[in-house]
Amino acid sequence: MADLAPSGHGAADASAPQSLDNSTLGFWIFLSAECILFASLIGTYILLHNQTNGGPSPQSIFDLRLTFIGTIALLASSFTMVIAYVHTLGGRYAAMRQWLVVTILLGLVFEVETAYEFKGFWDKGLTLQTSPFGSAFYTLVGFHAMHVLFGVFWITSLIFYSYKKTFSAESATKVGVMGLYWHFVDVVWIVIFSVVYLLGKAA
Amino acid sequence: MAAISKPEAQPHVVEPYEAGKGLWSWLNVVDHKRIAHLYFMASGLFFLTGGSEALLMRIQLFHPNNHFVSAETFNQLFTMHGTTMIFLAVMPLFIAFFNAVVPLMIGARDVAYPRLNALSFWLFLAGGLFLNSSWFLGGAPDAGWFSYAPISTSLYNPGLGIDFYAIGLQIAGIGTLATGVNFLVTILNMRAPGMSLMRLPLFVWTVLVTSVLVILAFPALTVNLFFLMFDRIIGTQFFAVASGGQPLLWANLFWVFGHPEVYILVLPTFGIISEVVSTFSRKPLFGYSTMVLATVSIGFLSFMVWVHHMFTLGYGPWVNSIFALTTMMIAVPTGVKIFNWLATMWGGHIRFSVPMMWVVSFLVTFTIGGMSGVMLAMAPADLQFNDSYFVVAHFHYVMIGGSLFGILAGLYYWFPKITGRMLNETVGKVSFWLVNIGFNVTFFPMHFLGLIGMPRRIYTYAPGLGFTTWNEVATTGAFILGTGFAILVANVIVSLASGPKAVADPWDARTLEWGLPSPVAPYNFSHIPLVRGRDPLWVEKTHGDGRIPAAPGVHEHAPDGTVHMPQPTALPLLMAACITALGYALLYRNLYVAIVAGAVAVYTMHRSMFSPDPGEYMRIAPELETMALEGGAH
Amino acid sequence: MLLAGGATALAAGTPESEFNPAGPVAALQLSYIELSFWIMAGIFIVVAGVLVFTVIRFRERRGQEKEVPPQVEGNTLLEIVWTIVPILLLAILGVVTVSGSFALADLAPPSKAVVVDVVGHQYWFAYQYTNLGVTTANELHIPVGEKIDLELQSADVMHAWWVPRLGGKIDSVPGRTNYMWIEASKPGIYTGQCAEFCGTGHADMRIVVDAQSPAQFNAWLNAMKHPASVPTSGLAKQGYTDFATAGCDACHSITGTNYTVGVIGPNLTGLANRPMIAGNILPNTPANLAAWLHNPPGVKPGALMPNLHLSPGKIKALVAYLESLK
Repeated sequence: MADLAPSGHGAADASAPQSLDNSTLGFWIFLSAECILFASLIGTYILLHNQTNGGPSPQSIFDLRLTFIGTIALLASSFTMVIAYVHTLGGRYAAMRQWLVVTILLGLVFEVETAYEFKGFWDKGLTLQTSPFGSAFYTLVGFHAMHVLFGVFWITSLIFYSYKKTFSAESATKVGVMGLYWHFVDVVWIVIFSVVYLLGKAA
Repeated sequence: MAAISKPEAQPHVVEPYEAGKGLWSWLNVVDHKRIAHLYFMASGLFFLTGGSEALLMRIQLFHPNNHFVSAETFNQLFTMHGTTMIFLAVMPLFIAFFNAVVPLMIGARDVAYPRLNALSFWLFLAGGLFLNSSWFLGGAPDAGWFSYAPISTSLYNPGLGIDFYAIGLQIAGIGTLATGVNFLVTILNMRAPGMSLMRLPLFVWTVLVTSVLVILAFPALTVNLFFLMFDRIIGTQFFAVASGGQPLLWANLFWVFGHPEVYILVLPTFGIISEVVSTFSRKPLFGYSTMVLATVSIGFLSFMVWVHHMFTLGYGPWVNSIFALTTMMIAVPTGVKIFNWLATMWGGHIRFSVPMMWVVSFLVTFTIGGMSGVMLAMAPADLQFNDSYFVVAHFHYVMIGGSLFGILAGLYYWFPKITGRMLNETVGKVSFWLVNIGFNVTFFPMHFLGLIGMPRRIYTYAPGLGFTTWNEVATTGAFILGTGFAILVANVIVSLASGPKAVADPWDARTLEWGLPSPVAPYNFSHIPLVRGRDPLWVEKTHGDGRIPAAPGVHEHAPDGTVHMPQPTALPLLMAACITALGYALLYRNLYVAIVAGAVAVYTMHRSMFSPDPGEYMRIAPELETMALEGGAH
Repeated sequence: MLLAGGATALAAGTPESEFNPAGPVAALQLSYIELSFWIMAGIFIVVAGVLVFTVIRFRERRGQEKEVPPQVEGNTLLEIVWTIVPILLLAILGVVTVSGSFALADLAPPSKAVVVDVVGHQYWFAYQYTNLGVTTANELHIPVGEKIDLELQSADVMHAWWVPRLGGKIDSVPGRTNYMWIEASKPGIYTGQCAEFCGTGHADMRIVVDAQSPAQFNAWLNAMKHPASVPTSGLAKQGYTDFATAGCDACHSITGTNYTVGVIGPNLTGLANRPMIAGNILPNTPANLAAWLHNPPGVKPGALMPNLHLSPGKIKALVAYLESLK
């Protein structure tokens, strides 16, 4: 016989705090979709990276020193994001904003490095249209760079938004979700850096 | 709280009777129940479009060497028929049910993200209109609904048709992905007190698993469509054989999406059937825990079978054997469900109103579809079946005889709750018989046609091969089927306008939504309910006074007896319009329009993230519930 | 009733029926179709039988409207049984499937067998007998009673070579080579068509297989390597010259002539011996040949052979020449 549970027992309660609020839970779920997206792009890159069509190959064209600079900047930016979040939880919004600005700057270092790298490759004869390798490389790393850029706009908007009086009630959630996005983009970069650049040079 | 001076941020009190009047209210809609209406109407129209495309094909195939339509037109017809039916008819019809019923079944006031919900609808509509505008703008796509490379690349398919396909599906796909996230969060986070996961109605379980499939499958299609768009528009080399590109990349990514997609198209039907069979047998669903386990297993296994669409692509006996075995595995939980539905009926008191009639015919036709599915899973045999009319027969048996018959059962079942009126039973029975006869006469012969050598996607065939008679039979059946659907649609339209008013619980049903008035008030529940067991309304009928109790300790009413609801906004419509403009800009290779449209789209996204919904306060009208419940169960 | 009707029609033996296998591959596949069909039919009869019984026996009777039947929630033993039984039935099919997959991948050793490169084009199939030095198109000759290895390729988009009475299909994927084997048990003509959508002309891309005794097959090979000599008089000689001036030799080759560079169109050696033309959609008659030469895309929508706007005189000469290609 179906049990008649008394109110609120062992169930999600509309008024009690959820284990994760709607925004955060929804964003984690959205990130799982993004995982599949990047997995498809990375899988495609692995399939096509040897198809160089007479053009440059990963071995010949990658310069790990340059990519390393961008990687360090992006990894550091995750660290500064955490610092900003700690300040958010403590209600220290001025400090939060400062560290968010640092995060943006580090993100922009990554973007500039990536753009510079792309320009260098393009001039050396590796374009989107040169070969399947070129197409897969620029699409994968380009999609990632677009995600970083979107993140930079997001952080900027959040900085402006943090001046509103309503901010304190929702700050933890809003900064938390954005932080989640930023860390995700960073983790994806670690995978891309390893699969594309490190293995590209080693193979 | 509100010290902001912007006009839209001031809360105002809305009367429930006022909500939703006028055309503008349909454009700035955020109420999930009204969004459901929009989905029903739009997918109904796309369904009729797809059906017309089918009838034109059947006329062409009536005689060998027929010239009713040209080869080029026929290729566009079969492409658009498949794409429309799958993406613009069946899937959105299910989403209509998700919207109409899921929040009610779990005791919630709305979905987790009402504005995103509206955006999902507008993007679906936009994508569908974009795709169908191809008929008038230079030609529809013509490479089939799975659009294999390289026939879909610009080398073999110049012209805009495939661009319409890629961009249109991309637009609609964003909407669907958002729906998946929305309903998963809704079901996980917004259940009423007492509604544990193992007390969820099975329909809600199927929505949960379907949402997970959407979230994990659609990104593969998104990436694939980007590759196709890039190859066609900017000259990348993903699928270009001459430079080392890989056509099989398209096929694999497509079916990694495509197989879960067909389970997205069938799991919700399993949920609907479960609800209807239980209500009309007057018994709880037999083996609820097993049904939940089966649903989850089917969802999980659906990601492990995709190569069975590619047995003929030359991957060899190891790969083919593995995927043949996984495909057979997925037949086990599916079969278990059929036995559990039969066991639900066994020992019950079965009432054969129209919804239950659809359940019975579903049990027959879906089983036949499952049978041909197992036959297809045998990889060596599939080398004969693949790309023949046997496959066409199989998927129409599971899509129409499975998915659509479940949808029709749900339509007749939930119509009173959604619209406040009853569909005509007699007309319903007439269309039931016409559809069933027409459907079987059309599609059963296609099994034979495949077995005697007729491939699919051919605009004509030679006489003397034995194809003619069965094609004539199938075409005749198609017109009977079409007549049945026409009568069904007429039933819907006439009943909407002047059908008899429905009481709250016309079927003596078991789940929460039947304790609410028909149609449901905009705020759903005057008090968030307390759920005391599985089949919560039945629990109250047998162990209570038949009314749904309010959950104690839930303080959400304002002192003046109003409740906070999302505020209608046209922002989602604007965003969808910008994305559509962006789509046309890409189609016509116009960079300036693309940049402007993209910028405005990003701005609308920014607004939705950083201008939170101020909401509005709606007065609860308990008199609505009292009046409806006094009408009593039928 | 539909089932009985279908069975009757099939028993009559349509030309491409899988129920009339002409070789071991098709026979194996038919045995799988029959095995799975009967197992599935058995399950269906059980399901349908229970359904019919339930619908009649447990229908709500007059007067029962207020009654509630026993609210049975489940029966673990029953559920276990109806989970295990299908698993066992599917296991049978699974074992058979695996063994069959490997059997069908077991090609004959290439050094000993007839190996044919089957190349799909829009909208015709080219055949190259790699170790026998013969190239032809549209009509495949094979000796009976031995495994024929097919190497499947494509010159453009995906195609699939399908002759149902001989066996199933493996697709031709551009950029890769796929493999399958067929075997004809008895001499005869077996037909089929392309079974992977390849464009406008997909429906008009048909296949003819002529399975012959080894002696006849060798005779055919010989005729292909030593075809009739170039005509020396009459309209046919005129046609032979026109073949170059009209530009046909840019796309078509013919053994025993100077026309050896054309590879994007079908090889026309021995054309007069073929029963069908234009991707096997028309009987090989002078009238049909003339209509084809007059306007190929008009005859076969999507045909990549262009309308060369040939004069009627030229067409007559060309037809005479083509009819001499024995």
